[in-house]
Amino acid sequence: MITKANWLVLLMVLMPLQAFGMHIMEGYLPAQWSLAWSVVFIPFLLLGIKSVRQQLAQSPERRMILAMVVAFAFVLSSLKLPSVTGSSSHATGMGFGAALVGPMAMSVVGCIVLLFQVFLLAHGGITTLGANAFAMACVGPIITVLVFKILKKSRCSLRVALFFATVIGNLATYMVTSVQLALAHPDASSGVWGAFLKFIGIFGLTQVPVAIVEGLLTVMVINILVQNDFIKASSIFSMNSVKSFKKKGLAHEKR
Amino acid sequence: MKNANSLKRQNYLLLIGILLIPTLALWMGGNSEFGGADTMASELIDKSEGYTPWFESVWAPPGGETESLLFALQAALGAGILCYFIGYIRGKKATANDK
Repeated sequence: MITKANWLVLLMVLMPLQAFGMHIMEGYLPAQWSLAWSVVFIPFLLLGIKSVRQQLAQSPERRMILAMVVAFAFVLSSLKLPSVTGSSSHATGMGFGAALVGPMAMSVVGCIVLLFQVFLLAHGGITTLGANAFAMACVGPIITVLVFKILKKSRCSLRVALFFATVIGNLATYMVTSVQLALAHPDASSGVWGAFLKFIGIFGLTQVPVAIVEGLLTVMVINILVQNDFIKASSIFSMNSVKSFKKKGLAHEKR
Repeated sequence: MKNANSLKRQNYLLLIGILLIPTLALWMGGNSEFGGADTMASELIDKSEGYTPWFESVWAPPGGETESLLFALQAALGAGILCYFIGYIRGKKATANDK
């Protein structure tokens, strides 16, 4: 006998099949938009590959940092945090990476994480990869770095600046995602702007607590690294270190 | 620069914050049977213009249980690598202090 209670249990087992999270779902961007965002993303990806190759050629420490950045992004994007709206979303871990390996290298890291999610979790999609990667792995880290620089100039303490940079970088990703969705699916009556407000309403509310948690986590892990003399607090976001690595990297490549 | 002890204290405070926020959100939001924000967005698209996705996922986990397995795997992979390196640099620092 199938009782009502049994049906409920069955339903609850089948329920989690629905996807969750943050990325634009497979097939939800019309072909021309998915192509356009992919084209926009490609130059960033090429720059990223160059940056990663140079950093890999540096030193074992550099390689360790890169591995840690990828690992951090993996952990954070599997953290489905509940939010006040009764929906969940996950963090991106991009701020941490932007602080340690620079915004350009993050395009590669973001791609790795997104591909993992597409193929193993059906989360996000191949046709929306360009758009998602642009939002998460380009705009996010670049905004993070900019915010950090501005806050640092206005004499914010290092950790406060890092926290806000990560939070705003994370939120920026969702702003871009909302813009992308709004451009592809303008509202029938209120147009692109109305659609944007609708999407930002969904993503934004869910995302604020998640972004704050990501900011706190980022500061925490950076603290652990500083505490163990692995990195210097002053070398966070310092593009000088990346630059000096670049020179060495070129010398290495010539050999 | 801050010394190691104050960093430690700061990290404990951060940890409390990290645990507190999702707990509060759950308490306020009510249930954990949440669909994701992107599901809500795609529902919105479906509803507003009768849009049908033109491309299907290449492969989807065959069920909720497998999906959560893969998620756990993703988290375990990341946390494993991250903590391996943290352990490594801690050990390195400890031996450097011994000398």
